[in-house]
Amino acid sequence: MTSSAITQLRKTALNAEHRRLGAKMVNFGGWDMPVEYSGIVAEHIATRTAAGLFDVSHMGEIEVHGDQALDLVQHVTCNDASKLEIGQAQYSGLMTEQGTFVDDLLVHKISDRHYFLCVNAGNQDQDFEHIAAHNPTAAKVENAGKRYSQLAIQGPKALGILQRLTQVPLDSIGYYHFTFGDVDGVDCLIARTGYTGEDGFEIYFVPEHSEKLWSDLLEEGTGEGMLPCGLGARNTLRLEASMCLYGHEIDDTTTPWEAGLGWICKPGKGEFLGREALLRQKEHGLERALVGFEMLDRLIARDGCPISIEGNQVGRVTSGSPAPFLKKNIGMAYVPVKFKAPGTEIAVAVRASQAPARIVPMPFYKRAK
Amino acid sequence: MYPGDYRYTKEHEWIKVSGDTGTIGITDYAQHELGDVVFAELPKVGSKITTGQVFGTIESVKAVSEIYAPVSGEVTEANAALTSNSEIINSDPHGAAWLIKIKLANPAEASGLMDAAAYQAFISEKEASA
Repeated sequence: MTSSAITQLRKTALNAEHRRLGAKMVNFGGWDMPVEYSGIVAEHIATRTAAGLFDVSHMGEIEVHGDQALDLVQHVTCNDASKLEIGQAQYSGLMTEQGTFVDDLLVHKISDRHYFLCVNAGNQDQDFEHIAAHNPTAAKVENAGKRYSQLAIQGPKALGILQRLTQVPLDSIGYYHFTFGDVDGVDCLIARTGYTGEDGFEIYFVPEHSEKLWSDLLEEGTGEGMLPCGLGARNTLRLEASMCLYGHEIDDTTTPWEAGLGWICKPGKGEFLGREALLRQKEHGLERALVGFEMLDRLIARDGCPISIEGNQVGRVTSGSPAPFLKKNIGMAYVPVKFKAPGTEIAVAVRASQAPARIVPMPFYKRAK
Repeated sequence: MYPGDYRYTKEHEWIKVSGDTGTIGITDYAQHELGDVVFAELPKVGSKITTGQVFGTIESVKAVSEIYAPVSGEVTEANAALTSNSEIINSDPHGAAWLIKIKLANPAEASGLMDAAAYQAFISEKEASA
């Protein structure tokens, strides 16, 4: 047994609450987290049709302060943070010198001298160390995860439910914008962001208020069909919405170009870590591209299943699952670029079968606006 | 919860013996661990299953689980209701959601498996250590 295997799992401030609700708990990146409460399908459908409440306090926060805060954010990320207004958030990538992902993240501009980064739970410490080690500026970097809890309230009824607990006019917060305000007597950063493909909010606040906010939100939402949701539904929701997950679609071997994330990769903004490698890759052309596929029979593609085209193995499934709202079996995979066109027939090795599948356009699911 | 006339395995299958026929399914504990079942892959009629060997697969939204033969025999029927309605494995695992019926190779074999009380004790111990 390695030392990490016997290390105590980390817990969010809501751990006892999840257990009281009867959640099934799993070890997720060293955190003891709820995977489901009433069931992944029910939670997924509730989020698409009403609302879902997620404890995502395991997510990491890193804060960058100082006159050169923007310079540092620009240096370590691939999107152009200089385009952000105060109160705006941006999806971006934390880059290696090879132009691959240390992590993906949300960059929030609080002020000219203060940026708030939300990063993946399992990457938080390495992200912090990476930024600190590649800091040519006088900006201060703080690993702030322990100071925040985070709840996500997502779905068509999320705004209405959250609005009952705050005076802040939520309608006036644009998509990928945020503000500070009181929710249920608690000071929060209220962001109109999410990882489900639905409208909704992610709120950040100090951990001691977690139980009050969680139970008051649940109480407000229950009559509207809201359910507490675990990481199982969070994964199927993001997969239907074709959002990348670190360790699956993106990691330190994949670039934004390959992952279909060219829209967050802005070499035109000037120097940043990985820029040269990314320009080189663009000039030489890509070898592989991330695609979405649908299974054509009843078999289910799972993470890691080999993918073949014309009899040759060309890659592996990065994420594969039944899609509870679409009622199809879907997945994502990297394939050589010459095969990336929608309509291409592929075979997914599922146990002893070569199961037929077809490349389809992404996203699989897009909400009606 | 666990029918007194069934026998149980440590892999959470049950078998009900009547004469030389055995009916096999997965336990309520197993369906709960799996979560929402979406697919069951079962053997064809006429195929042989062997004690301790995999004979089928049940998939939930999040996981794939192999099903092991509690005893040996020859498949005489696979539950057709599961083709279109595999979610009944969640709602009625000990009844309507049986998986297969077999002609037992040795009708006495199942008596070596756990009875309901022993199985209940076995899963209580698992839950306590979880």
